[in-house]
Amino acid sequence: MEDTRTLRFFNRGPSAVARLVFFSVLSLVLLFVDARYNYLESARQVIAVIIYPLQRLTALPGEVWNGAGEYITLQRHLVAENEQLHLQHAADATLLNQMQSLQAENAQLRELLDVTQRADYTMQMAQIAYVERDIFKRKLFIDKGEQANVQAGQAVVDNGGVVGQVTRVYPWLSEVTLVTDKDIAVPIQVVRNGIRAVVFGSGNISELELRYQPVNADIEVGDVLVTSGMDGTYPPALPVAQVIKVERDPAYPFARIVCAPLAGVDRHRTLLIVSSVPPLPERPVAETEADDAQRMKKIVKRSKP
Amino acid sequence: MRQDLARDREFLLPATTAFIVMSFFIAVLLEWMPWRGWMLALRPDFVGLVLLYWCTHKPHRVGIGMAWVLGIFVDVADASLFGQHALAYSVLAFGGLVLNRRVQMFNLREQSVHVFALLLASYSVYAIVHWQVRGFVAWEYFLGVVTSSLLWIPLTHLLQALRRPRRDPNEL
Repeated sequence: MEDTRTLRFFNRGPSAVARLVFFSVLSLVLLFVDARYNYLESARQVIAVIIYPLQRLTALPGEVWNGAGEYITLQRHLVAENEQLHLQHAADATLLNQMQSLQAENAQLRELLDVTQRADYTMQMAQIAYVERDIFKRKLFIDKGEQANVQAGQAVVDNGGVVGQVTRVYPWLSEVTLVTDKDIAVPIQVVRNGIRAVVFGSGNISELELRYQPVNADIEVGDVLVTSGMDGTYPPALPVAQVIKVERDPAYPFARIVCAPLAGVDRHRTLLIVSSVPPLPERPVAETEADDAQRMKKIVKRSKP
Repeated sequence: MRQDLARDREFLLPATTAFIVMSFFIAVLLEWMPWRGWMLALRPDFVGLVLLYWCTHKPHRVGIGMAWVLGIFVDVADASLFGQHALAYSVLAFGGLVLNRRVQMFNLREQSVHVFALLLASYSVYAIVHWQVRGFVAWEYFLGVVTSSLLWIPLTHLLQALRRPRRDPNEL
């Protein structure tokens, strides 16, 4: 198996520079097409299916390690944990009872006021298959995909609050972009006073930004932000973040508000996918100019006599 | 003189196609391990290093085309843009091919300085593409260049040792 080809002086095909230029241009074209259009999704899916077993293989040592750790946990740890869970359960049960009565009351009041019911949404459990491998992105992969009817755009939550959103679905996996990602925005409401706003990811794992709030906005450190449910993507009233810093500098038009995510964005292993948020009623069509003119005429007419 | 000759022999060690493929396979698996947090920033670019090794040692077997295909696979696994890693690895492979003759003249420690420069170029390509598309750069990403070049010496030793024939053919 001696490599004798090192002595080939001629007939070596295109030069290294030519090959570099060719492959660079090819990469740049792919980059452009991928960044601007979504033509390459099917190719991505095919390659993802090919490499899926390999990816599972790399996650295996960690899983085995965790599994072994769980298997040999000492009994007294288990007893202590069990006791703690019992206490937690007792505390939660009272809260749950309260909530049930509140819910019943709420339903009744809504009926009296003739407001449409807030429909329940169903959740689907999923495990984190592996976390992001690129330092630029706040993404992770969960082990439910097309096979489990996951769709791009669905919200992902844990017991603390909103974790992120499904952004890409593969046959057995889906990619979740965390709320701390630069490209993600979540419509929220401040619990204390109901101010509606949009919170943006900052690219930093433990920070979110509440942008475009005037300097005198009534937002204080410690305020809890919950989803407003107005986008039809996130179900309403899920905790998203807590304000940890407010800078009001009159030199700038907007206050600088920094929040910390409430969900364990980088902590848990089990997540929930919100699978069916009730669809919002259709948005009314924009009025045409003719309509506007007619309405103006009416208003003028009405105001004349 | 004798030492130089020995080094030349080292460079001409045989490498089967299966061995090359296997080395890339293992590099890719290492890259896909669940790294997180600071470990992720410090993670060496295993695929890039192995690619550079083959580009400098067997430039006729592993070239820019191979680098590009590898890059596409890594792109899918990392959910980065199509062509981002491919472009970075093509540049890296080109650097390896160009420096192939020169790198052979130096010892391993001097080689790692060259490797540092090449990896820096490749990492910069990746970061520039990211900056153009997304509009920001995570600077800790470049720490990977340092750890990668530190890994060059052990990696070269390991691959050379694996390529060396089990028994000396000149023994008899």
